[in-house]
Amino acid sequence: MYRYDEFDASFVNQRTEQFKDQVRRRLAGELSEDEFKPLRLMNGLYLQLHAYMLRVAIPYGTLNGRQMRKLAHIARTYDQSYGHFTTRQNIQFNWPKLEDTPKILEELAEVEMHAIQTSGNCIRNVTADHFAGAAADEIADPRPYAEILRQWSSLHPEFSFLPRKFKIAITGAPNDRAAVQVHDIGLQLTRNDAGEIGFVVFVGGGLGRTPMIGRKVRDFLPEEDLLAYSEAILRVYNRYGRRDNKYKARIKILVHETGLEELKADIEAEFEKIRFGVLRLPDEEVRRIEAYFAPPPLEVGNATSDAVEARKASDAAFAQFVAHNLNPHRVPGYTSVTLSMKPIGGIPGDASDKQMDVIADLAEKYGHDEIRISHEQNVILPHVKLDDLPALFDQLVAAEIAEGNSGLITDIIACPGMDYCALATARSIPVAQRISERFGAAERQAEIGELKIKISGCINACGHHHVGHIGILGLEKKGEEFYQVTLGGSANENASIGEIVGRGFSSEEVVDAIEKLVDTYLGLRNGKEETFLEAYRRVGEDPFKEALYGAA
Amino acid sequence: MKVITANRLLNGDVVWLAENGSWVERIALAKVYDGKEAVAEALAEGLEAEKNQKVVGVYEMDVAVEDGVIVPVRLREKIRATGPTTHPELGKQAQAVSA
Ligand code: SF4
Repeated sequence: MYRYDEFDASFVNQRTEQFKDQVRRRLAGELSEDEFKPLRLMNGLYLQLHAYMLRVAIPYGTLNGRQMRKLAHIARTYDQSYGHFTTRQNIQFNWPKLEDTPKILEELAEVEMHAIQTSGNCIRNVTADHFAGAAADEIADPRPYAEILRQWSSLHPEFSFLPRKFKIAITGAPNDRAAVQVHDIGLQLTRNDAGEIGFVVFVGGGLGRTPMIGRKVRDFLPEEDLLAYSEAILRVYNRYGRRDNKYKARIKILVHETGLEELKADIEAEFEKIRFGVLRLPDEEVRRIEAYFAPPPLEVGNATSDAVEARKASDAAFAQFVAHNLNPHRVPGYTSVTLSMKPIGGIPGDASDKQMDVIADLAEKYGHDEIRISHEQNVILPHVKLDDLPALFDQLVAAEIAEGNSGLITDIIACPGMDYCALATARSIPVAQRISERFGAAERQAEIGELKIKISGCINACGHHHVGHIGILGLEKKGEEFYQVTLGGSANENASIGEIVGRGFSSEEVVDAIEKLVDTYLGLRNGKEETFLEAYRRVGEDPFKEALYGAA
Repeated sequence: MKVITANRLLNGDVVWLAENGSWVERIALAKVYDGKEAVAEALAEGLEAEKNQKVVGVYEMDVAVEDGVIVPVRLREKIRATGPTTHPELGKQAQAVSA
């Protein structure tokens, strides 16, 4: 797996030292808040409703037991004994003290972690498929490329003051689990007719107040051109992206206002100038970085396990877990296991210090010391032997992270919302909790099947509501919380932005409204195989509208 | 009616401006200002405290006084004055008895 090299280590240590001194100067009155704020944000430290919040990067969602244990330690020592996994594969601590943050950053650096580029108008933490390096449908592990992009973008002098933040996501499989089409740059690994690796490139996707699906600018970008082409995109954006209006500054607006063809031509022209320069990726360099991500030695086993089958027959909760929380592994005899951070009625994405410690132990014991955080706010052990599932499951049950609900209606994405976030217009988490309780019965969720509900507490859309099969956006209307519902969004390879179904709902009404939508779907679907999204795409919004608002 | 609020620089705690330029951790003890001038003056006092490294993020917020109790008008400020509604054991609501 990737280990920081010496360059990274000294760079992160320097940054931690600098920040320590900046905090000292702030406390001594040598720096005003106006001067200090950009500095603390560069180190992931925000001020939220109740306290400071520290956002720690988990590059491409990959970490090991030692790192997870450190996060548990930080939660316990400097915070309120929990952390929150976000839709950007980061972890947030909600109660750190300013005076403690230099120490926290020092502790993180001990395990090669940091909070750099988790904020500000720079290239943010590159996100990747959480089943990377394990999934059966994968063309290649996307993380070496994510790492190459990380190294290129870290402190890139030309791109430290972009018009706005810039997010890159990459997937190595045709089934997109990294939502690449709603990122500023989305990369999908592919092979050409000659069998060579390259990328489908999307530009200008994004959510927020102006949601857009990324536009394809390349069907096949050769591997060696990854950095030069990315640099070309960033240069064009840096030059032409709007700086007059924060709400129009993302590259999606540039794509929209300039037009795809013209922008593509600009990018290609820039690319031609630099493609044979220093950014050309030599094959040895890619292979060298790939070696850091070499998969653990996994011996090929049977595609099914007697131990699993026997337990399934006698234990309904286990059967439910196996039915929903496993992803096919490229090595027979193994599977990738989703640990649900969505207990029924719980807070999506929260993990206690004890749970984090358990996850670290289990990863070491059953998972070759690999852990992934998904943008859907769950934790994954990517390489688990099928035969180990019963024992693993028992320990997950004890830690209360064994809900067999991955991809189901209670596997809800919710941003922190007004319970924490200074920008929120309404709460998100309590709505998620009530929906989870309403649909929490195992049989009912299984009967409904795949259904992704995503909730944001304001127009910034950190909860990805636009791409929820059912999306919920919390707003404020006459001083009250008020929820707008969208239908038909999707963040996979057939991405779409959800449509507003009609007038919004009060906090009291919103869960009933969701139930009506679900019942409507159950009544009209062509059998259990037709998911909510497929049914919606087939019949359109009318039956759902009618269920909510009566006949027009 | 308004009160002036901020977070303590050092630990991030939510605080409100009270008598004698002190910053208190319970909204019940905050000083209420009425009228444009009084609010502007109080806000200036708050900004001065920001310069002196006491607090950060100073702003004015609407309140009502109901039966002698100061109540924030907006939900956001209600939550800020009590703590996350999802974690009754955290934030100010957890220390409710000790003013
Ligand atoms: S969507 Fe809005 S409320 Fe939710 S975390 Fe983002 S900024 Fe905060």
